[in-house]
Amino acid sequence: MTDVTQFDSIIDRYERSEESLLAILQDFQREFHYVPEEGIRRLSEVMEVPESKIYAMGTFYKALSLTPRGRHTIKVCTGTACHLKGAPQILETLERELEVKRNGTTTDGEFTLECVNCVGACAMAPLTVIDEEYHGQTRSSKIMDIVKKRAES
Amino acid sequence: MGAINTIEQLEAYRQEIAAGIKADLPTVLVCFGTGCQANGARPVAEAFSDIIEEQGLELNVNIGIKTTGCHGYCENGPLVALQPQGILYLKVKPEDVAEIVEKTIRSGEVIERLIYQDKTTSDMVAEYSEIPFYKHQHRIALRNIGAIDPTNIDDYILAGGYSGLVKALGMKPDDIITEIEDSGLRGRGGGGFPTGTKWRSCVAVDSDVRYVMCNCDEGDPGAFMDRSIMEGDPHSVIEGMIIGALAMGSHTGYVYIRDEYPLAVKNLTSALEAAREKGLLGESILGSGFDFDIKISRGGGAFVCGESSALMRSVAGEVGEPRAKYIRSVERGLYDKPTVLNNVETWANVPEIIMKGAEWYAGLGTEGSKGTKVFSLVGKVNNTGLVEVPMGISIRELVENIGGGVLNGKKFKAVQTGGPSGGCIPERLSDLPVDFDSLTEAGSMMGSGGIIVMDEETCMVDVAKYFINFLVEESCGKCTPCRDGLPRMLDLLTDITEGRGGEEHVAMLEELCDLLTWGALCGLGTSAANPVLSTIKYFRDEYDAHIFDKKCPAGVCKELITYAIDPEACTGCRLCAKNCPQECITGERKEPHVIDTAECIKCGLCRDVCTFDAVRIS
Repeated sequence: MTDVTQFDSIIDRYERSEESLLAILQDFQREFHYVPEEGIRRLSEVMEVPESKIYAMGTFYKALSLTPRGRHTIKVCTGTACHLKGAPQILETLERELEVKRNGTTTDGEFTLECVNCVGACAMAPLTVIDEEYHGQTRSSKIMDIVKKRAES
Repeated sequence: MGAINTIEQLEAYRQEIAAGIKADLPTVLVCFGTGCQANGARPVAEAFSDIIEEQGLELNVNIGIKTTGCHGYCENGPLVALQPQGILYLKVKPEDVAEIVEKTIRSGEVIERLIYQDKTTSDMVAEYSEIPFYKHQHRIALRNIGAIDPTNIDDYILAGGYSGLVKALGMKPDDIITEIEDSGLRGRGGGGFPTGTKWRSCVAVDSDVRYVMCNCDEGDPGAFMDRSIMEGDPHSVIEGMIIGALAMGSHTGYVYIRDEYPLAVKNLTSALEAAREKGLLGESILGSGFDFDIKISRGGGAFVCGESSALMRSVAGEVGEPRAKYIRSVERGLYDKPTVLNNVETWANVPEIIMKGAEWYAGLGTEGSKGTKVFSLVGKVNNTGLVEVPMGISIRELVENIGGGVLNGKKFKAVQTGGPSGGCIPERLSDLPVDFDSLTEAGSMMGSGGIIVMDEETCMVDVAKYFINFLVEESCGKCTPCRDGLPRMLDLLTDITEGRGGEEHVAMLEELCDLLTWGALCGLGTSAANPVLSTIKYFRDEYDAHIFDKKCPAGVCKELITYAIDPEACTGCRLCAKNCPQECITGERKEPHVIDTAECIKCGLCRDVCTFDAVRIS
């Protein structure tokens, strides 16, 4: 039996309405770093919504992931300003050094590498967000130092 | 103080706040926007707090530190503004704080090292209002940003906030709509639809329930004015929405906001709570008998949810796929009820228009585009950030006067406007006035106001590929032209950038563009042709260079370039060799180095680390 209380404590923060589904799923994502299958099942029970509907949302919205993510999330901003100022080089460097493709997780479960379409801090392009920390004007030659520092913390 | 029950009480409360503030006392304003926080604004604010506490007793002055919203001049953050002197310090570090308190706050002395220096004229400018980036601006939507604390409703009220609402409460709903119609305000989110007309058509539909919504799903890469307004002045949006609800007889509002903007979500949430506490939201607003409240709906990172029908589905807790709009959402929107959806910047303009009148607003801007517009000036330009200027300013004025010209003295090539639905406008058309109609005529669009400056090192084919790739990822997959047409366009563009392009590629691209424009279901697909067609129209020579000469003139497309070290410029410092992941750079210390092009993976690290600009692309 899975412990459903961990899901209920999140579900209970919201109104029993389909309007709350996306917000609950986002909170699952934040708490567990992915949307667990048991969570979908529990949400379906409580909200009386078919599992298939919640699953569809899980696959549609980019912010949600149905597979576990790494301990740290590296988001490379690939908005237009960042693209022009070197985001592709940063992304390639990370893919090469961490031996992981975009949207993948390293084999040791440390890092998930994601791309995000603009975090709205274009004046600081190119930008990388590691966990919730923003790193502006990042350079491809410096990005691994930043990542290593984060891994140690 | 608890809830405010009458209009008179609000005015009394405003005076009460004003009486508590001594205008001649120094105020330190530390910008707390996303940009400045990333650059380390928090330690700076903490340093001010510490030093005030430490020295507070001996000081005759009372320093109010306000953590404010984004000034827009993010690149130079953390920004600290000092009142009443009106001085703006850039790139402030915690170690500068003691000196600022000692010299500027106590003795009014300007610290030259921290003030703005014009990159072209080398002029030093201390005063906020004299910096070219700010000087040419006319701030309406951004009126309070940087000057008030967004987490303190008193600040907004003191700045005249909620007086637009007070005035609207005394007007007939129909007159509110007429005022908005007469102002000529058009939707700031991209479409440019006249706001008053939208409101009028919503009211014309017979229904007991109506919704007003705010679109803060700012998806266009390169635009961040909505984030800034939500972070820096959420009450202006809330007030605008209450006025809209009053005009249309709505009792429930929604703000759909990107979850990628955590600070905006936080500040909006606390602003809504504060407004409820003061009786400005909820039952019988200011004792008027009018009920209205606003709910927040956080987006899930899908670009297509910025489209109105997809957004409404997403709010209702469904997958955000658009629908065909035979019936518009003002008639049947959220839960099939008449719904008005306006963007953040549009709502933020509403209270000012009601306060100052339609005539005042319509006096700004151009014939077809009234008022001001916030642009996010980014990319290869010296001064990046948000600028609010009257509609009709030329691209050249924006880039050269406000933006301070192109970065590193490179050649200005083009600007991209309108995000993935817009296009690229070449330098030779830069005297074009920026308004809804001129941009559309030039094959681009206003979009939400992102202006991305491109220089000679930007490859226009790569830019087209970038946007099509973006749209491939964001297409919801519901309609065939978009789902299957976009990947084919990406294949063609990839062929061109990787040297496999043939003469027929451009014609095939144009054919697919035509198909999407006429066949796709929603705006994402129907406007997808713009980035491709505008680059083909204005930069055909670059396409030809890739296709016929197998060259990328801008030196961007990896398959068509090689890296080499200029022996004249190389000092033999070995930095590039140490950083090369392929270990394919050789040479003795203090001797010019050489790249083995057979092993080189063109990662660009050598060029990034070289401090002598010796690594060249050909």
